[in-house]
Amino acid sequence: MNYVLPRLVHGLVLLTAVSVLSFLMAELAPGDFLADLQLRPGVSEETISLLRARYGLEEPLPVRYLHWAKSVFRGEFGFSMVYQTAAGSLLLPRARNTLFLTVTALILAWCTAIPLGVWSAHRPGGIMDRMAAGLSSFLLATPTIVLGLSFLLLAARLDFFPTGGMSSLDFDELGWAARLADLARHLVLPALALALSSFPVIYRHVRAAIGEVVDAPYLRAARGQGVGALRLLFGHALKAAANPLISLFGLSVAGLLSGSLLIEVIMGWPGLGPLLLESILARDAHVVVGAVLLSSVFLIGGNLLADLLLLWMDPRTREVR
Amino acid sequence: MRLCRARLWLAVTVLVLVHLAALGADLIAPYDFSAQHREFAFAPPTRLRFFDQEGQWHWRPFVQTQARAVGAGGAGGVAPLRLWVKGSARQVGPWVVETRLFGVEEPARLFLLGTDGFGRDVFSRLLYGARISLLAGLFAAGLSVVLGFVLGTAAGFYGGRIDEILMRFTELFLALPWLYLLFAVRAVLPLELGPIRAFVVFILIVGGIGWARPARLFRGVAVAAEKQEFVLAARGLGATDLHLVMRHVLPQSLGVFWTQFALLVPRFILAEVTLSFLGLGVGEPVPSWGNMLASLRGLQVLVSYGWMLAPAAALLVVVLCYEPLADWLQQRTKAGAA
Repeated sequence: MNYVLPRLVHGLVLLTAVSVLSFLMAELAPGDFLADLQLRPGVSEETISLLRARYGLEEPLPVRYLHWAKSVFRGEFGFSMVYQTAAGSLLLPRARNTLFLTVTALILAWCTAIPLGVWSAHRPGGIMDRMAAGLSSFLLATPTIVLGLSFLLLAARLDFFPTGGMSSLDFDELGWAARLADLARHLVLPALALALSSFPVIYRHVRAAIGEVVDAPYLRAARGQGVGALRLLFGHALKAAANPLISLFGLSVAGLLSGSLLIEVIMGWPGLGPLLLESILARDAHVVVGAVLLSSVFLIGGNLLADLLLLWMDPRTREVR
Repeated sequence: MRLCRARLWLAVTVLVLVHLAALGADLIAPYDFSAQHREFAFAPPTRLRFFDQEGQWHWRPFVQTQARAVGAGGAGGVAPLRLWVKGSARQVGPWVVETRLFGVEEPARLFLLGTDGFGRDVFSRLLYGARISLLAGLFAAGLSVVLGFVLGTAAGFYGGRIDEILMRFTELFLALPWLYLLFAVRAVLPLELGPIRAFVVFILIVGGIGWARPARLFRGVAVAAEKQEFVLAARGLGATDLHLVMRHVLPQSLGVFWTQFALLVPRFILAEVTLSFLGLGVGEPVPSWGNMLASLRGLQVLVSYGWMLAPAAALLVVVLCYEPLADWLQQRTKAGAA
């Protein structure tokens, strides 16, 4: 517990700082929802000032921040002017969808990158290595927009996968098995696109990390004693090379979240991305701040998870605090 | 290693050609970026032909005048592709350009990559859009690397309170997913901006948030540099801080400088494309690769008019060419450090 607590505190402090920063940015923005409303011919000056008073926009900035922070703890995340409801009721289901998509993509990316990376490092210059290297440098250069558009095109051409959304219209009437299948069918392409966008970085790091240890004397000794190739690579080499990879795990969350913002918008996945874009265009300040804050919660959470994993995996990190 | 060399040269050549084409857009683009040929909405790419209807081979490629244009009073038939044709006057700085590198005579039209929904030539727009997108990437990367150098070196060189504050700031920036951060900052600024202001605003935003990562690297270099004996000696001889930084820290930072630059340029080109694609960047009618792709968000356009994907292909090529460049710079820096 001694080494977990400081990290937790650090994460929380960082999160508070992010919330202050993003709240400030949203508040300092010129023009807001009410200023846009004022442009409508039927809305008088008095109505606007009444609304301003009602939403507490006349109060000083720190007070507004505290009000907002309190409502975050209640799970309301402030108030959406556009939808006239607590921002949390918009944000949280979307955040769940984003989490669902990114975690699927994360698992997909790591589960393909690790075996491929390990195998490439085991046989450097072999056919698998060269193929995977070519693929990864091509994917590394493929912008997420291009990836998203090509998968959308694929969906439209194949006719089997849906071209947007997360569930079919008749979702509520389906049995649980059919629901699961429906969800999976909607999930496949966005998750694949997202996984492919983060695959090359992970693959390269796995290959480099394993490549560094694969010729180490203790591994040669193990091989000499007759330990099989699979056990040698995945049991011994991977474990020895795990440290930088676990750190990378935390970092890969950041890349995935950025990627998922775009993929969601392009492929119509109802996550935080489309909501963020929509609320920026509608000047729905609290929803924007909430979306940014939630993305940072995921990112910091991912890094924290990586830190904890590292502590658990590697006893040395526990000593140096 | 030989193969890598070849790839590097190929990449550099392509990059130079692409940038030259973008700079020379006024000379190369057959049409203005906002010229609308309303009767040719979503026209497919014009085919350059070498064989006429009798199967006769012509050394000079020609295009078929499209049926829709024939009714407009043209004789119909064919129009040969000509070099150095006269077009509408364009103001380029102090000069007026009237010649085009190539073109066909009216009523024939030359849409090398087809047209968009307003009948605007995609090829011409691609060239003009390259100016916006590529320059935005270059300027933004330049700004963030320079800012990163100044702030990172200051942090590493002086240490103490400055170091602490600056590094906390970078941590804050890195605690947000990069696109979310970009969007949040973009949301602060007015949504509707003229093209030139949007361009400047983009550079300032990206430069203003992109310095965090390079700054951390520059800080590391500065911390290491300060401890070296010749730096200590120079300091002992009474060198000023500015002199120490310019004479001793800067040369050691150059490797990081160029590597970061080459890494950031494609990233920021993509950032510009992303923002414009989502309607938060440079707006119509001025083309950027991003807002050219925006119409593809409609599924029908994406499925039916494949040539509209041209900016995506161009983007892929540019980013693909920056990769070996960054790799090479990185390797060189490592070799220099070892």
